Amino acid sequence: MTGPVAIALDINGERVDAHVLPRLNLADFLREHLKLTGTHVGCEHGFCGACTVRVNGDIVRSCLILAVQLHGASVQTIEGLSDSGEIADLQAVFRDRNALQCGYCTPGMLMAAQDLLKQQPEPDRERIREHLSGNYCRCTGYQSIIDAVETTARMRAGHRA
Amino acid sequence: MTITSPNPETLSELDRPNSYIGKVVPRPNLERLMQGRGLYVSDMELPRMGHVVFLRSPYAHARIIAIDASEARRLPGVIAVVTGDDLAAVITPWVGVLSHLKGLKSAPQHALAIERACWQGEAVAAIVANSRAVAEDAAEIVTVEYQELEAVTDMRTALDPQSPVIHASLGDNLAFERNLDAGAVNAAFADSDEVVEADFIFGRHTGATLEPRAVLADWNEAERRMTIYQGTQAPHMVQNIAALHLRLQDSQVRVVCKDVGGSFGIKVHIYADEMATYALSKLLRRPIKFVADRIESFNTDIHARDHRCKGRIGVKHDGTIMAFEIDDLTGIGPYSMYPRTSAIEANQVVNLVGGPYLTKNYRARARVVFQNKNVMCQYRAVGHPIACSVTEGLVDLAAARIGMDPVEIRRRNLIGDDAYPCASPSGLRFELLSHHAALNKLMTMMNYEGLRAEQAQLRNKKIYRGIGIASFIEVTNPSAAFYGVGGARISSQDGVAVRLDAQGSVICHTSITEQGQGSESLTAQVVGSVLGVSMERVRVILGDTDNTPYGGGTWASRGAGIGGEAALQAAKILRKNILEVAAAILQASSGELELVNDTVVNATDGSPRIELNELARIVYFRPDTLPPGIQPELMATRHFVPREYPFAFTNGVQACWLEVDPDTGFIKLLRHWVVEDCGTLINPQLVDEQIRGGVVQGLGAALFEKCIYDERGQLTNANMADYLVPMSGEMPDIDVGHVVSPTAETELGAKGAGEAGTAGAAAAVANAVNDALKPFGAIITEIPLTPEVILTALRRI
Repeated sequence: MTGPVAIALDINGERVDAHVLPRLNLADFLREHLKLTGTHVGCEHGFCGACTVRVNGDIVRSCLILAVQLHGASVQTIEGLSDSGEIADLQAVFRDRNALQCGYCTPGMLMAAQDLLKQQPEPDRERIREHLSGNYCRCTGYQSIIDAVETTARMRAGHRA
Repeated sequence: MTITSPNPETLSELDRPNSYIGKVVPRPNLERLMQGRGLYVSDMELPRMGHVVFLRSPYAHARIIAIDASEARRLPGVIAVVTGDDLAAVITPWVGVLSHLKGLKSAPQHALAIERACWQGEAVAAIVANSRAVAEDAAEIVTVEYQELEAVTDMRTALDPQSPVIHASLGDNLAFERNLDAGAVNAAFADSDEVVEADFIFGRHTGATLEPRAVLADWNEAERRMTIYQGTQAPHMVQNIAALHLRLQDSQVRVVCKDVGGSFGIKVHIYADEMATYALSKLLRRPIKFVADRIESFNTDIHARDHRCKGRIGVKHDGTIMAFEIDDLTGIGPYSMYPRTSAIEANQVVNLVGGPYLTKNYRARARVVFQNKNVMCQYRAVGHPIACSVTEGLVDLAAARIGMDPVEIRRRNLIGDDAYPCASPSGLRFELLSHHAALNKLMTMMNYEGLRAEQAQLRNKKIYRGIGIASFIEVTNPSAAFYGVGGARISSQDGVAVRLDAQGSVICHTSITEQGQGSESLTAQVVGSVLGVSMERVRVILGDTDNTPYGGGTWASRGAGIGGEAALQAAKILRKNILEVAAAILQASSGELELVNDTVVNATDGSPRIELNELARIVYFRPDTLPPGIQPELMATRHFVPREYPFAFTNGVQACWLEVDPDTGFIKLLRHWVVEDCGTLINPQLVDEQIRGGVVQGLGAALFEKCIYDERGQLTNANMADYLVPMSGEMPDIDVGHVVSPTAETELGAKGAGEAGTAGAAAAVANAVNDALKPFGAIITEIPLTPEVILTALRRI
């Protein structure tokens, strides 16, 4: 089976119908077919975390999943999370804390951070470091990112930053 | 703070009302990046764009006998398969030498290999197709017949008579040698009470930017013009080099640099595959895009720091350091990189060893040799980590030999804070440094005595913790002395144009570039402060050779110090021009007026006179209402280049607190401290984050990162699973403090801060490991400090 396969899925709340080659991975499908270039490609083998997106509520490496596997799935990318306002508070703290430099890891980092914040209301720094340990950032040295996630968690729990 | 403003009674440009200088303000470009709306080269597409994939040599050294691409050319979607000879008709080869590095030699390098491949990963053919996937399919069915040649891999034997000479025309494998002999070294060692020697070994590593190198070249045959979209730190340099080798005028090449996914010196060089991409666009008359994949990044992004350095220090019982001596050897791959050359790192090592200390007795030899490995060149903190690790390692060994505390020996030997200006034995000129103030501040921040007590207590429980200290100096704000004097057309000046628009907002065009450091922010902060305009009204344009002033870009920690000063001077002219127009409108004298909060106000009492919006309206739309003869000029341009000092040196000191598990060899980083002095802090948060990011790159080198080659020159860990980089789980929190000694060469007073973290981190870690292992009598002078290295030193494996 090497010819195009029909898929229908939900991406950021929009229904998408497409014909994709079986070998096409989700990252390339998002970037090249749908022009959702906020999902970045860093290593193409599941290590760096730059391509992290949400599929059916769980974060996945979009370079390690094929588009044909996603028939009927719901996919959310950084564009969707930004437009819906779901992570507006997290992004605001990232800005104030300068928790990004070149910004290439940031969409994946925000995806992973939001995933943790949804799972656990007030994670400590060690837990944050652990949860983000699959997302490579070459610029910041991580501390500002850890600070920003910690601050957001406290704010969401109703404490002052 | 060590010094204050020389004229404290008058306000300087930096402390005007509503100044942004020294304030933490968010960078203007962050929202775009956080929402996934950035524009990196890898995101870009153009009509009729072809994708190029390079077929790369699987051998470290091989003759190319034949290339058969007939089957690949028939694959649907393939546009062209191009070899070195085809491309040589379009682009000329280059030689990476500079005249001020006397004796440096290299061989002509081609965009695609011709006849011979000299490292595993050198491109031997280019496959262009309508998608990258198709180009990769086609690459798999191109057959290349190679004759494998003997490879030179070990730098230690590269100069042996029995080693093959990689480039016969050069006669041998020695690219460059520098010798320095300052003071009276032999006498100083003879007078020393103790002489300590060590061999320092540094693992070859690389920048591992998260966005790989990417370029999109668009030759428009109708316009006879090339537009190059590239993630580069130096757009005007790329413009010049591309034009030169495509036989074009600079004016026929435009380089556009949008968002860049990390650079750190990786993206400041000219790579053969990027040159090939420009040439392919010209050959095929259409846009061609190249994005390296991760394996290509490891095999072709410049590597760095492959050094072996013998070091020697002489010391008196009272702690006086009598002399330093080094013999450094480094292997740079088969070619010196272009146009900055691969001799700069070794040259920097010679320059920087012993730099923080008083002794004038210093002898050095550095040799740079060719080998059949990937090219090596300047990566963040060029030479600094080597020089710092050797110097600080030797100082600690000397302290241990005479039984002195590592902090105490530094106190007795660091150049005094009142000794400036002065010069190092290697001729570096220091305007104003603050080693002692920095060390004192560090002691307080880390509670040195408290940690020593904790260390002693834990040692009784067989918990082995160590403290490592590393003082350093850092090269920033380079003048033409770095590259220009050697003949490279790499600008050391930068320019900023500032313009007041018709609604009273400000547009700045600057020749420095942004890769996340905060170039855009610092420019807006400086311009906003000088003009009295809120930052929201200031827009900064960078990275476009058609639209910004000519300049060097962002590298070697020059953006804030040089580009920032140009912004300050341009804004001062614009302010003067604005106030002159305001005076004409208000029938006042410009000396009575001032600009504050987007408004022209009375200088005496601050009462508002005319909003900038209204002033701009009059100037642009109702100039007929201005007094006769007034020709307003609401745009100003200024350039700046340092002329007094070749480099603005900064200084600092780092400390590391870690724990070594003697059973597993694992190191746990517990805390890291940095005190540095980059002069005026334009945005303290951005400086701190530069330091932290730099430290973590240095920690990666100290603990994990190494390009592992086998004896045949095969890179065995060219992927991110096997080449370990620092991740959030292993990294410590890093405390950053500052001493502020502004440079008097500029009004802004800013020096660079980009290298400081990387410069001293590995030295601090290595010293801390040796401190932790003191009870075992083990001394390690090799990085990365992997568990294997630790356990070997402990004789447990």
